[in-house]
Amino acid sequence: MNSRGLRSQLKDSVPVAGLCPQGAYGVQDSLRSGFTSVKNELLPSHPLELSEKNLQLNQDKMNFSTLRNIQGLHAPLKLQMEYRAARQIQRLPFLRSSNLALDTLRGSDESIGFEDILNDPAQSEVMGEPHMMVEYKLGLL
Amino acid sequence: MATLTMSRPPFGGFSFENCKRNATLEGETSKLGFSLPAARKTGTTICGVVFKDGVVLGADTRATEGMVVADKNCSKIHYISPNIYCCGAGTAADTEMTTQIISSNLELHSLSTGRLPRVATANRMLKQMLFRYQGYIGAALVLGGVDCNGPHLYSIYPHGSTDKLPYVTMGSGSLAAMAVFEDRYKPNMEEEEAKRLVRDAIAAGIFNDLGSGSNIDLCVITKGNVDYIRPHDEANKKGVRLNELEALQLTGDYKYKRGTTAVLTKAISPLDLEVVEESVQTMDTS
Repeated sequence: MNSRGLRSQLKDSVPVAGLCPQGAYGVQDSLRSGFTSVKNELLPSHPLELSEKNLQLNQDKMNFSTLRNIQGLHAPLKLQMEYRAARQIQRLPFLRSSNLALDTLRGSDESIGFEDILNDPAQSEVMGEPHMMVEYKLGLL
Repeated sequence: MATLTMSRPPFGGFSFENCKRNATLEGETSKLGFSLPAARKTGTTICGVVFKDGVVLGADTRATEGMVVADKNCSKIHYISPNIYCCGAGTAADTEMTTQIISSNLELHSLSTGRLPRVATANRMLKQMLFRYQGYIGAALVLGGVDCNGPHLYSIYPHGSTDKLPYVTMGSGSLAAMAVFEDRYKPNMEEEEAKRLVRDAIAAGIFNDLGSGSNIDLCVITKGNVDYIRPHDEANKKGVRLNELEALQLTGDYKYKRGTTAVLTKAISPLDLEVVEESVQTMDTS
């Protein structure tokens, strides 16, 4: 849940477009993202976009701070160590990994939400180019 | 030469990619005077009442798309768990998907706890999900069921607020139905009385609200037993006009008897047809 309002999220996490737009071949993808303008770059396309992107992060932060208040500093520290370990269990960079250990730790292996039904990453039609993804991951790019 | 881009791992869930394009399209079409197609809503009357042994939920069966009836007999009472049912008003797709997701989650939860799910659990899950989407999911729900603590009835609004009450109504016909409830509700009613009350409340919504119509569905939930009565009452039959006073069927008919118009002359000339060729083609039914 969002304990902070949407307005504060807008100020804190504004994505700066930079010099290279998001579309393929470095050209602005007008069909999906609309026309280029400064306003378009700064504001999200939908009020829920920011809050959904940061949802997992915000929930974790809230849970950890509650845990710290109840049980002391050791509880979130131990949990974060486990999260970090679980997050490292991945397949090769260009393949989807199931994140089973991470899901079990979070407790989301027993719940279904829109992220499991809509836009299922396991059924996405595009895949990153394997060589490039591996080079990027190893820092050779 | 095209630049090489690395694609981000795709996230599940809602994708907001086309929102800007849709906003531009809407602006352009409204300048030309057209409007984008409307989502199918269930302008609705739904209601629920708690009686002595359980809960009675009622709903009409009309789904509208703007000013047109999209579905004359849609089912608005959704299954959540064997002892919990939920009526949905608002955007039809939203109510269906929401209730299905919550039903799956409740099933997983009850398998994990080993107990029959409680109505309060379903209520909590629904309100947390609807609040997370800040009202953009247009689902107004009436949630009712019987669990180990007795019968419960909740009303849940699209932004995530809930009320726990002995009788609730939602939808565009809610005022008409609430008027009937406020007049005749008594605590601890019998089952037949409660069913009659809900039927009358939905009928008030059907006859006084444009967004509600067709039949009345009822769902009676008691401890250990669910009666899903669909349809309970066909208040509006197509092609039949009931005259309440005489209970006769007066149908308008545009076919007239022979002889209504006087015949002046009659001339019959038979057509002679010759059979030229007759051929039989067998069908390939393999």
